Amino acid sequence: MVRKSLLSKLIEQRTLVLMSVPLLLWLFVFRYIPVWGWTIAFQHFRPGTKLFDQEWVGFDNFKFLFQDESFYRVMRNTLAMSSINLVLGFITAITLAILLNELRHLYFKRIVQTISYMPHFISWVVASSIIVNALSTESTGIVNLILLKLGIIQEPILWLAEGKYFWGILGTAEVWKNLGWNTIIYLAAITTIDPAQYEAAEIDGASRLQRILYITLPGLKPVIVILLILNLGNILESGFEPQYLLGNGLTADYSDNLDIFVLKYGIAMGNFSFATAAGVFKTVISFILLFSANHIAKRLGQPRLF
Amino acid sequence: MKTSTRYASPGDRIFDFCNIALMLLLIAVTLYPFANMMAVSLNDAMDSSRGGIFLKPRIFTWYNYKYTLREAAIYHSLLISVLRTVIGTIVTVFCSAMVAYTISRPEYVLRKWVALSFVLTMYFNGGLIPTYLLNKELHLINSFWVYIIPGIVGVFNVIIIRSFIEGIPDGIIESAKMDGAGDFGTFMRIVLPLCLPVLATVSLFVAVGQWNSWFDVFLYNSSNINLSTLQYELMKILQSSNGSMTQKTVGDVLSNQTGHVMNQVTPASIRATMTIIASLPIIMVYPFLQKYFVKGMTLGGVKG
Repeated sequence: MVRKSLLSKLIEQRTLVLMSVPLLLWLFVFRYIPVWGWTIAFQHFRPGTKLFDQEWVGFDNFKFLFQDESFYRVMRNTLAMSSINLVLGFITAITLAILLNELRHLYFKRIVQTISYMPHFISWVVASSIIVNALSTESTGIVNLILLKLGIIQEPILWLAEGKYFWGILGTAEVWKNLGWNTIIYLAAITTIDPAQYEAAEIDGASRLQRILYITLPGLKPVIVILLILNLGNILESGFEPQYLLGNGLTADYSDNLDIFVLKYGIAMGNFSFATAAGVFKTVISFILLFSANHIAKRLGQPRLF
Repeated sequence: MKTSTRYASPGDRIFDFCNIALMLLLIAVTLYPFANMMAVSLNDAMDSSRGGIFLKPRIFTWYNYKYTLREAAIYHSLLISVLRTVIGTIVTVFCSAMVAYTISRPEYVLRKWVALSFVLTMYFNGGLIPTYLLNKELHLINSFWVYIIPGIVGVFNVIIIRSFIEGIPDGIIESAKMDGAGDFGTFMRIVLPLCLPVLATVSLFVAVGQWNSWFDVFLYNSSNINLSTLQYELMKILQSSNGSMTQKTVGDVLSNQTGHVMNQVTPASIRATMTIIASLPIIMVYPFLQKYFVKGMTLGGVKG
């Protein structure tokens, strides 16, 4: 076959070109141009001014950022909330996966699984409405009701009005919403454990608990390690929706995280450059963390993310 | 793996009993909040405010639903929610599948470039402010299309669909080409129908995402009530009942408008009703499509 020039090949494959190039242009506009927008962080950006007329200010916005006290508060909140979510999420998901695996009744197991996955698909708006309802001080607030009945508290607690409860509520909300969903990967890992190991252990007289501790858990270790590493790479991603929806003026000192910080400064106050600097800071740190995590995963002989 | 016929020791029995009890508790904790919301939404509003509504309504009424859906703003937002879900899902799934098809054709000269350009975007993004400014620049603010256009191709969807297309025996696609079908014809008449299982899964995820999103409404269209969605209306109600916010748009349409008919509905009953309406489509299809919901996870590979 004669080697054709690129142009004639493109003409020959014009249908494929027509099918992909318009979407490639879309990709360029909607995914690549915003990255160019990072330059806003190094400008004193004024909307309505032409791109090349913007004033360049170097790292000034980053200097302001690191001098801003509220930035350290949102960093603390971000790290605290994602750590709590990470630890709680891991422990509960692994526990539930193991317990599900121990259910003898397969039909019952499937029902529990189906129900526990459901909240994952509900929007955070709906979930927040449900949580606000459950925590309310009114008659429908089941949490206060139960605590009062049990005599643990004497007065209903205004859960969402005090900052000190916020991280705990957020962690619990995340667990309520995603517990079932998070078990899927562990359940898949458990099925790869060789059943012969369980049989051998049983013959040797190992109890249920011993089999969980010495066969199931070690079998899950590789998955746990890789997920832990990858999640550490995402430590600055503490979520946005639940904090925004459940937080309020009274809890802002504890509920505002980096994403909300960017939103407040950028969209609400119109301080685009400063907010972009915070966003760029987050993206760069996340990128470094993700690459390090990936590198560590490779070192440990785990499958890499990319 | 384990047979139920084997001898169960007393310890085993206690373990099983506790395990089943825990699972029942989990089911209760997951389902009770929905059931409670449902009961409140179907109960007389004034009666609800006296308390004691748990799993079933005391004074049954459809009034909360009638009232909520009669509200023009809510009715219209429901329409927009449905529209964005239907249009958004069709457009996104079609465009994603089209990209997936082109990069699955080994002879395509731009194949590597197209694939690389798409995959690269998985590792970075411009972030909130540059994206916001871009959409503003493109006049997507105050427009329905901001719900559709910024997301017409999902890279993850492309990857999932491509690996499915690559599983289709080459002979099928080749023979279609032999018969004189062009690439677009092959894609439309052969590849899309063969991809139905994976398209169902992807559609489901896109549809759920569209139905559930409120942030784009808040960011781009919060000043235009005609473009509001159900989730956003619920969000506004939630915000107004969840303390006073200085930074947020508190446009609680309903609570304001309900002021003069307080004897029939209350903010709490309206919120419960809205919560049920906003989650009902998902709760209704979920049991039947559960298989596809879960498949999305395993198809997508390891969740990060």
